[in-house]
Amino acid sequence: MARTDRTDSFFLKDVRLMDPATGVDMNGHLRVEKGLVAEFGAIAVPSSGIPVWEGEGSVVTPGLVDVHAHFREPGFEYKETIESGSRAAVSGGFTAVCVMANTDPVNDHPEVTLGMVNRAREIGLCRVFPIGAVSLGLKGETLTEMGALTRAGCVGFSDDGFPVKTSRLFRRALEYAALFHRPVIDHCEDRDLSDGGVMNEGWVSTDLGLKGIPSASEEVIVARDLEILKSTRGRLHVAHLSTAGGVRLVRDAKKRHLNVTAETCPHYFSLTDEAVRCHHADAKMNPPLRTEEDRLAIIEGLRDGTIDMIATDHAPHAPFEKEREFDQAPFGIIGLETAFSLGLELVNSGSLDMSMLLYLMSVRPARVFGLPRGEIREGGLADLMVFEPRETTVAGVPGFRSKSRNSPFLRQKLAGRIRMTFVGGKKVFDDREEERNA
Amino acid sequence: MSDFLTSSHLLSVEDLTTDEMNGIFRTADSFLDLSSRTVKKVPSLRGKTLVNLFYEPSTRTRTSFEIAAKRLSADVINITTSQSSVVKGESLLDTVRTIEALGADGVVIRHPSSGVPEWISRRVGCHVINAGDGLREHPTQALLDLYTILKRKGRFEGLQVAIVGDILHSRVARSNIRALTRMGVRVRLVGPPTLIPQDTKGWNVEVVHDLKEGVRDCDVVMALRLQLERATASFIPSLKEYARLYGISPGILRIAKPDVLVLHPGPINRGIEIQDEESFHSHSGILDQVHFGVGIRMAVLYLLMAGQ
Repeated sequence: MARTDRTDSFFLKDVRLMDPATGVDMNGHLRVEKGLVAEFGAIAVPSSGIPVWEGEGSVVTPGLVDVHAHFREPGFEYKETIESGSRAAVSGGFTAVCVMANTDPVNDHPEVTLGMVNRAREIGLCRVFPIGAVSLGLKGETLTEMGALTRAGCVGFSDDGFPVKTSRLFRRALEYAALFHRPVIDHCEDRDLSDGGVMNEGWVSTDLGLKGIPSASEEVIVARDLEILKSTRGRLHVAHLSTAGGVRLVRDAKKRHLNVTAETCPHYFSLTDEAVRCHHADAKMNPPLRTEEDRLAIIEGLRDGTIDMIATDHAPHAPFEKEREFDQAPFGIIGLETAFSLGLELVNSGSLDMSMLLYLMSVRPARVFGLPRGEIREGGLADLMVFEPRETTVAGVPGFRSKSRNSPFLRQKLAGRIRMTFVGGKKVFDDREEERNA
Repeated sequence: MSDFLTSSHLLSVEDLTTDEMNGIFRTADSFLDLSSRTVKKVPSLRGKTLVNLFYEPSTRTRTSFEIAAKRLSADVINITTSQSSVVKGESLLDTVRTIEALGADGVVIRHPSSGVPEWISRRVGCHVINAGDGLREHPTQALLDLYTILKRKGRFEGLQVAIVGDILHSRVARSNIRALTRMGVRVRLVGPPTLIPQDTKGWNVEVVHDLKEGVRDCDVVMALRLQLERATASFIPSLKEYARLYGISPGILRIAKPDVLVLHPGPINRGIEIQDEESFHSHSGILDQVHFGVGIRMAVLYLLMAGQ
């Protein structure tokens, strides 16, 4: 479905303009010409020539950037495709998404990378940036050809789903990826310590009789990675931090000026392991939902800059895979369509201010991974989202755009509504158009 | 009859109020009287079909449910599904469809995954009775254990019970902890730190690692079955060391109350959890447990299924 028909010039009327990177925060209009911001503020409304969208006082900001999603294509198209994933992304305000390598075949060869990039271009919704595998087949044995993968478009390397298996391989990966100025993203988990666990180890796992994953399982590998990082010139990005101990380790490492960044996901600051009681396998992900103490430590980490960004770890699974024994169901939940609303809840509760949230979900992830992003300045890229913070949405109603619906937030009323998303000045999402077409 | 259960399923002992538990015990009394007669059957569940669906090998519990159902004149279908058919891809949803297709009025389910009976109960129209799920619950076992205690001690209030062994992997322990504390019994968990859950804060129990300290002044000592593979998985160094540190022997029982009652859900690893059983025969309630099991299960089936 080619989207070349759409115009990349428009006029957005009556909006609040916000960009934490340029410091813009004002009311006015915005004019985009050929995919770039031409002018904004108290500018004249054009009489003709370009489409005019009514902002109605909504907020326009740089589009969101997600550095951690699973689009499942190639290989698991029954869970998600690049098209359905992209649709989910733009409806959630995302203009750029990094997709993980645990596809089938694994993204460990440039052909796979190019296949993803080309498919995403054909679809023409959000920008898609593949993450290459660290090791061939994610097996933790042989390094991938990171040079070729970088040339094909990979923006980072990860064996996500698995930790980089051995300390030696992790060291080599960090050193070698540095050659291409790419970070290694590690899923920090000591599998031996997790020992087949299916949720956080604590009171809830005791009560439910489910095998626990201790928080040390994350902390041990974060600590390993940081100590190895110290002696290399590589860059480490810690994926989906979930524990208070993990936050503490990264905070200390940053004080030591190690080249480390970290992400967390909305579910780790929104929920605790108590959610497993009512949401069952829709609250099962890896790392697992932790305790209230961990949840608060994650929020503190976001506030003080220890955690650089919010990523979704969007992990679609088909209903038949989740509708089964808790211990047999796969790990993972979808997140692209609920992430921003969950972030807004932090703003509404006073934990973050709006510009900090936008920084964590757009500016910072784009900078760390060297990705294009929208900017509200003259000549800035028109990768933008328009949202209405005063409205609410009900998650997954009438349906998710993702092919899957494995979300603990399903049917929950959440803050904010994404109204429009623009990528390169083209409108790729409009909730009212969608309503009309439904 | 006012003793019928308000919930249409028995998934956890937490589904039961203390009144309902006492109602089950009263009903079990009358059914056990019946079992001493020559004609042991009553027609209470005539025309009803009960499916025994076991995903784990079990002789005692399955047989006990089967006898109980037959004495109530229910038709019983036994389905033992080995793990292999699960591996072959038979899903729980298929199971739900099977139950519906059989037109069962009740299903007794045992499953190695915690939470499965509850999961099934939300998807079928019939009564679901949990016969043991993963590490979570085994409510009829706890009920028969409590019933045995009640018969032998005449009360719950003020009793001190020690549950000894592999608490971490025991659904019997979990159900008993919930049921006993609900009935006002003081509970002590005794075992090596590797076999006690890391967090027990929601249970109103005392945790003790030394067996002698654990059984001191106890009215009841409940030994749990130790899965022999725990030694290979490094939860304990060896069965020999476990037996030495946590085996219930006549010497250990001298530290407990003189009239201490010893229980075990069975099957017993003799010489490991329990040593020289013959020598404390009069303290053992283990055969009572088996006998009372049928009465308790008759009571549960009757109080769940005969009402509607």
